[in-house]
Amino acid sequence: MRIHEFQAKRILAGFGIPVPRGEVVATAAEARAAAESLGGPVVLKAQIHAGGRGKAGGILKVETPAEAAAAASRLLGQPLVTSQTGPQGRLVRRLLVEESLAVARELYAGVVLSRREARIVLLTSPRGGVDIETLALSEPDLVLRQEVSPAAGFLPFQARSAAFGLGLAGPSLDQAVTVLAGLVRAFEATDASLVEINPLALTAVGALVAADAKMDFDDNGLFRHPDLRALLDPGEESAEELEASRAGLSFVRLDGDVGCMVNGAGLAMATMDLIALSGGRPANFLDVGGGVSEDAVRQAFNILSSDPGVRSALVNIFGGIVRCDLVAQGIVRAARDCGIHIPVIIRMEGTNVELGRKILADSGLPFTSEPDMETAAREAVRQARAAGGPR
Amino acid sequence: MSLLIDAAARVVVQGMTGREGTFHAQSMIEYGTNVRAGVTPGKGGTRHLDRPIFDTVAAAVRAEGVDVSIVFVPAKAAADAVMEAAEAGIGLIVCITEGIPALDMVRVKAFLAERPSRLVGPNTPGIITPGRAKVGIMPGPIHKPGPVGVVSRSGTLTYEAVHQLTQSGLGQSTALGIGGDPIVGLSFVDVLRMFEADPETRAVVLIGEIGGSGEEEAAALIRGGFGKPVIGYIAGLTAPPGRRMGHAGAIMSAAQGTAAQKIELLEAAGVRIVRSPALIGRTAAAVLA
Repeated sequence: MRIHEFQAKRILAGFGIPVPRGEVVATAAEARAAAESLGGPVVLKAQIHAGGRGKAGGILKVETPAEAAAAASRLLGQPLVTSQTGPQGRLVRRLLVEESLAVARELYAGVVLSRREARIVLLTSPRGGVDIETLALSEPDLVLRQEVSPAAGFLPFQARSAAFGLGLAGPSLDQAVTVLAGLVRAFEATDASLVEINPLALTAVGALVAADAKMDFDDNGLFRHPDLRALLDPGEESAEELEASRAGLSFVRLDGDVGCMVNGAGLAMATMDLIALSGGRPANFLDVGGGVSEDAVRQAFNILSSDPGVRSALVNIFGGIVRCDLVAQGIVRAARDCGIHIPVIIRMEGTNVELGRKILADSGLPFTSEPDMETAAREAVRQARAAGGPR
Repeated sequence: MSLLIDAAARVVVQGMTGREGTFHAQSMIEYGTNVRAGVTPGKGGTRHLDRPIFDTVAAAVRAEGVDVSIVFVPAKAAADAVMEAAEAGIGLIVCITEGIPALDMVRVKAFLAERPSRLVGPNTPGIITPGRAKVGIMPGPIHKPGPVGVVSRSGTLTYEAVHQLTQSGLGQSTALGIGGDPIVGLSFVDVLRMFEADPETRAVVLIGEIGGSGEEEAAALIRGGFGKPVIGYIAGLTAPPGRRMGHAGAIMSAAQGTAAQKIELLEAAGVRIVRSPALIGRTAAAVLA
């Protein structure tokens, strides 16, 4: 789960990390008032769940409250297109108005989970303000790693090593030790999957401040954090993806026109790839779960047929523990309930497959049954083209 | 010989009295797995599926000498269940549960590092040695005994591959899912080494997907010299960066863990990469012909 910058800064402030003074606003009048109460030049930052805001014009520095109001009315209510949003951009509904910092140096500090070592890792770099993954590939010596021992925890000497690596000394060094320890604590306490301060600003007077902040949380850990779950911004999530996840489906919208419905995540990805291999473009990832319950199939049909971009649907089911005849009955009932109006190509394999195919054929519904994955994918692509061609 | 389990393995089912545990314990028993006991805290002293239920894994070890555990405990308590099994001296723990918090798995891995237990999963279909034993939730009848080792990060895609192998006349020595989570027990590299040492395995089918670096590490191992042919399929060429594709572990950035990168490295290591998931069985048959 992702949250906004202003939410991440509130959380990090609770772990002793200095953040700029600021207010969240939703109108130009609020932006003016915030600039007045902060005093001096301020920065307006578009609150969307995507990076690359600065280059895209989503972060503006202004000198006066009047300029703040003018800049806010330009940003609010408009989509912001960044390198991470896709061409449609993301609607800006809120701004973070912050005091403008006199920055001497931009540093980087982040905490991630290393899958290979099964450890929490603190990453720091004296070169902040750039993408850390790209930097780690191009100049690995500029990225320092401190692995957190699950038994001993994050140790003071590790914080000091990281702080020295940032080129800090004196009071800034002491402050960095506190900030870095707080960052690791914040990660552990929230079941985060990413905590990132980029840039971590060293101001002209030698103070460290989190100029930006990003936190992502492990969905599997959210049951422990009802307070964090409440931070979810439905405006940033696709409505259909939220609906799907409530129904227990795993759904990701893509931009093609061949919909698919598959049991199991690996097979669902393989089916998308096969659609592409057959010359088509997958419209989505959709895993109805290994067990293929009738309810899940009904929800899946609803999602696919409510998407105007989907011109055909490929159903790929491997019936193992669940028998194909039961799956077929569920598909037929769900399709009758939903009223299918796009071509549906079904490839089913596994236990009792002959019985399953007969049920589909006898249903009188507009199903095309194909015996193997490749012909099914080709047929789904052909039908999508026939129904209007690639968009 | 077979990997990790055979008909002699004495299995305890943690969470056997629950719905999933009951269903799959029954299925394992029917397959011929030597299921000796179940563990459900608070139900010790009762019987279920004609097996004794114990309050603790340690009690099941003492009474029944169990040495393999399969875990169906819900995600909130599953990490605890795995560590309980390790502490009780269980040699092989297969964790089926999906949805365990990643930080719980950090603790589990550290706990297991100090003990001899091996963990398969979590979020895995388990292990099957066809014709001898299954410790998992896979459909038994699609498998048959034979020379191909199968190792994978997914469930139904593995069944698909196994089914294709069986249809192509190729049986399996062992099929094992390492699990779809970001942090799992046995890795691709661990399982490849076991397949290399197993005289019954003549070729390996490796099924990977986006995210993490397990496939990259497998490529490095194979590149350094692997005595058996490996057929590979990697799912997720069309997956977008930054989005989780079902499995908690199936998420990549634009720079790392992409399917294209994994395919390139595996191919450079000499793995026979299959582009179409429909051709896994036929390709394996051609390689072994």
